[in-house]
Amino acid sequence: MEQKQLKRVDLIFEWDEKNTPIQVLDKTLQKTPDAIILEMIDSGLKGRGGAGFPTGLKWKFTRNEDSEVKYVICNADEGEPGTFKDREILDRVPEKIFTGMAICAYVIGAKEGYIYLRAEYNFLLKSLQQKLDKFNQQLKERQIDFSIYLRSGSGAYVCGEESALFESMEGKRGEPRNKPPYPTVAGYNSKPTVINNVETLVYTCEICRMGAEKFKALGTSDSRGSKVFSVSGDTTKPGIYELELGMPLKDFIDEFGDDDAKAVQVGGASGHCVPRKKFNDTIIGFEGIPTGGSMMIFNSSRSMYNVLHDYLEFFTEESCGQCTPCRVGCQQLLKGIEAVKKGERPPTYLEDLKKLTLTMKIAAKCGLGQSVANPFISIVDNFKEEIIY
Amino acid sequence: MTNTENFVHELAEKHGRTRNALMPILQGVVAREKYLSEEAMIAVARELDISAADVYGTATFYTFLDTVPRGRNVVRVCKTISCHMHNKDEIIRALEEQLKCKVGETTSDKKFTLLTANCLGWCHKGPVMLVNDDVYPELTPQKAIEIIQEYNRKSN
Ligand SMILES: Cc1cc2nc3c(=O)[nH]c(=O)nc-3n(C[C@H](O)[C@H](O)[C@H](O)COP(=O)(O)O)c2cc1C
Ligand code: SF4
Ligand code: FES
Repeated sequence: MEQKQLKRVDLIFEWDEKNTPIQVLDKTLQKTPDAIILEMIDSGLKGRGGAGFPTGLKWKFTRNEDSEVKYVICNADEGEPGTFKDREILDRVPEKIFTGMAICAYVIGAKEGYIYLRAEYNFLLKSLQQKLDKFNQQLKERQIDFSIYLRSGSGAYVCGEESALFESMEGKRGEPRNKPPYPTVAGYNSKPTVINNVETLVYTCEICRMGAEKFKALGTSDSRGSKVFSVSGDTTKPGIYELELGMPLKDFIDEFGDDDAKAVQVGGASGHCVPRKKFNDTIIGFEGIPTGGSMMIFNSSRSMYNVLHDYLEFFTEESCGQCTPCRVGCQQLLKGIEAVKKGERPPTYLEDLKKLTLTMKIAAKCGLGQSVANPFISIVDNFKEEIIY
Repeated sequence: MTNTENFVHELAEKHGRTRNALMPILQGVVAREKYLSEEAMIAVARELDISAADVYGTATFYTFLDTVPRGRNVVRVCKTISCHMHNKDEIIRALEEQLKCKVGETTSDKKFTLLTANCLGWCHKGPVMLVNDDVYPELTPQKAIEIIQEYNRKSN
């Protein structure tokens, strides 16, 4: 059978000798901040950290804030189960991240930038610091008043949530804040802050290198450009792949599945589970199912009860416990599916649990509690027998 | 001043005495002493002029900022879904047998603490574990045991 190959893209890890990141920076700083913002908006780039907010607008809002002190922060807390692309980017092309941050700093008027690296990636600290020292020195030589510093996390998934990340950097418990105010108004140290995902920042550097037009030519009208996918689970080709956005899930499975895929969890524990019968009409992108990059494939030997159980354990452990719907909700969902499995509760109890996740979606304070409904409902609805029996 | 107080003082000199310096200071203590003793937390509170309860409250939020004594080498085996599918249970069993302690415990010679962790960001190469800051992907039970033996030799 002839297989349709997905279109590979090579932007993120490509090293253009004639256009190194620092040269891209020099070239870009010739433009006005407003011209750069227009280019970002025109490119259609949306955040790659999960929420998908248009990057150009984020930069514009922060630029428009009237404040002496502003910050640019790189979110390198990558904790979503199934996601490992940021680690690879941090390891292989950190100069592109630094350049994206420096361009952002120029646009919004920031003098300090931070990279918040999850503790699990501490082994990267030494080489990152060396490369950062060199980059900061290059900025100094150019008389650019901006420096980047490294900060470490300490093992808390919720600190990837932007406001929790600020709390952590401020020396507090990583508990998400109420929004508004949004980071563009009051972020780190309550100052206007741009916080972007590692991959987003690299794309801003790439867009400055090759122009918005070329970037826009990739992907679809709702999902411009490409994205780095982290492929794991029951796959013949586990690893990291940069692919065009807007691909049908079917094509993805044809290439990465093991011929026996029964479901794909798109977007990690907080994402959606897509069963085989829906592979054909599911699009990976902002018009379909968006993802921070995690693509986890399950074949027919896997129990979806175990998968859901793992996810709920994950959320129960990682919930910051600040708000009741999430703290108690996660625990009750876990207990609930265990009770149904043991026959202590009737199968109809699953409907009550689904309602609970919908309550959490409305009442939980941050994205963690709000998104538990995604895996819960998509797994329970599509694999009810496996959950019950 | 005791050793710990001296060390905390050095960290405060290096990172500053603002609240924003709290995490780097606590991380510095854990990197050296493997956990935050009561003495260390009180010393940090004094240096930063905040309450010890604040220090404790912050520390206990974070999995990697332990407030109970840990062995010289902290082993964290990933237990999340991808590694679960790739037999992390076998790795844990092998380590428990090798170290003669259960998950959550420290060996009697205080050389190792065995813990589990959520997704470590190596799902394509699971099962995986961290020993201190170092990562070991694509484990087999045999490989895991050899790695531990190597650390054991090094900590003699
Ligand atoms: C529980 C939770 C965890 C998150 N973890 C991360 C993370 O590890 N990395 C990341 O870039 N964004 C993470 N986010 C999203 C951030 O809050 C934020 O939207 C993102 O960093 C913005 O960057 P972007 O616009 O470039 O995507 C998380 C959100 C939630 C609710
Ligand atoms: S939803 Fe969960 S993680 Fe978010 S603030 Fe509430 S308790 Fe904390
Ligand atoms: S699930 Fe083990 S590293 Fe991601």
